[in-house]
Amino acid sequence: MHEMSLCESLLQVFEDEARRQHFGHVKTVWLEIGALSGVEPAALAFGYDVVCRGTLAEGSRLEIIETPGTAWCLQCAGEVAIDARHAPCPGCGGYQLQVTGGDEMRIRELEVA
Amino acid sequence: MCTVCGCGEGESRIEGHEPHDHAAHDHHHDHEHAHAHSHAHDHDHGHHAHAHDHDHAHDVQVRGDDHDYGQGPARAHAPGLSQARMVQIEQDILGKNDRYAAANRGRLMQHGILALNLVSSPGSGKTSLLTRTLSDLKNELALGVIEGDQQTSNDADRIRATGVRAIQINTGKGCHLDAHQVGHALDHLQPDDGSVLFIENVGNLVCPAAFDLGEAHKVAILSITEGEDKPIKYPDMFHAADLMLLNKIDLLPYVQFDVEQCIEYARRVNPGLQVLTVSATSGEGMDDWYAWIRATRQARLIGHPALKRKDAATGAAV
Repeated sequence: MHEMSLCESLLQVFEDEARRQHFGHVKTVWLEIGALSGVEPAALAFGYDVVCRGTLAEGSRLEIIETPGTAWCLQCAGEVAIDARHAPCPGCGGYQLQVTGGDEMRIRELEVA
Repeated sequence: MCTVCGCGEGESRIEGHEPHDHAAHDHHHDHEHAHAHSHAHDHDHGHHAHAHDHDHAHDVQVRGDDHDYGQGPARAHAPGLSQARMVQIEQDILGKNDRYAAANRGRLMQHGILALNLVSSPGSGKTSLLTRTLSDLKNELALGVIEGDQQTSNDADRIRATGVRAIQINTGKGCHLDAHQVGHALDHLQPDDGSVLFIENVGNLVCPAAFDLGEAHKVAILSITEGEDKPIKYPDMFHAADLMLLNKIDLLPYVQFDVEQCIEYARRVNPGLQVLTVSATSGEGMDDWYAWIRATRQARLIGHPALKRKDAATGAAV
């Protein structure tokens, strides 16, 4: 996807927070990346190292917490787990699914110094 | 559990600290353990409308017990072992873009402007479809265009040839338009109240899906020369769209393309997706697209002063 721009957005958040919360370095960042967010964790990790070079987050560790995709199945009238947007309901095999979770891309926490 | 001394305070919970519970409140916590800790970690949640601070010996417990942070220094609380502290951010990575998008959306709403974000892969006929639309509707509706491409102003030139005002955004290396760029383009374009604004995104079925521009609807354009399985190959975009235009339908006799199968794939990723089959070349189906634009615009303008003003000016039926 657009992992490089995501990394640049991340860095921007770091810089804003560093000013606000008075820290000089980011040591570790925990991201929550949903299975349906369209983000490829490996590409994100690659872009992250490149973007962080020469910044307050140089050499920092990227921890990705992958969250599962969930959807509401109209036919089963219940929440089911899905691993892709075009996946059928694991219960009934239908496609009447409304995605309810797993599309998030969030920064949860930073370890800073 | 603390990796240095083995104390089990990781099980403890702080009342009122559910991971997503950020009700408006201001509070302060102090934690005591059976043994002494000589330092504290500070957590600030400054980007919310309120601030709450925590002082406690371990960063992990503020998370409730949801996440395992591994064995890094974040879990060690022995004095002198680590100077690191934890800050909770809880921000969407695209939060900044989303804030710009919300500002754009408010501004467009205020001026009664219907903004449509046109997304497709390169070569779907997006610009041809747009120029035909502009030519056919320009005497009826006030129109404006924001044109996104990595390089060149060729497309904006094609748009301007129709007589409709267009702003070109060259994204350079960027693979998508973002809400900040669109906000600046709005400053320059100054679309009329009650107008329809087409934002032609960079030809890319992947990245623009995640970047809200403040538009009312994303319209995905797919041409029948592309293969009917595109909606499941690039599900995020078709999931994000409200309308799909199946373009180049005039070529159906010459290509192998199963329209029904394509629509079925698209509805797998987005059961509520509306689909219109069109040809920008022959004009087939274009009236349906125009009817959709008119109806969508009018629905958004109900009770808005721009509707009366603009339609009085153009003489178009309300």
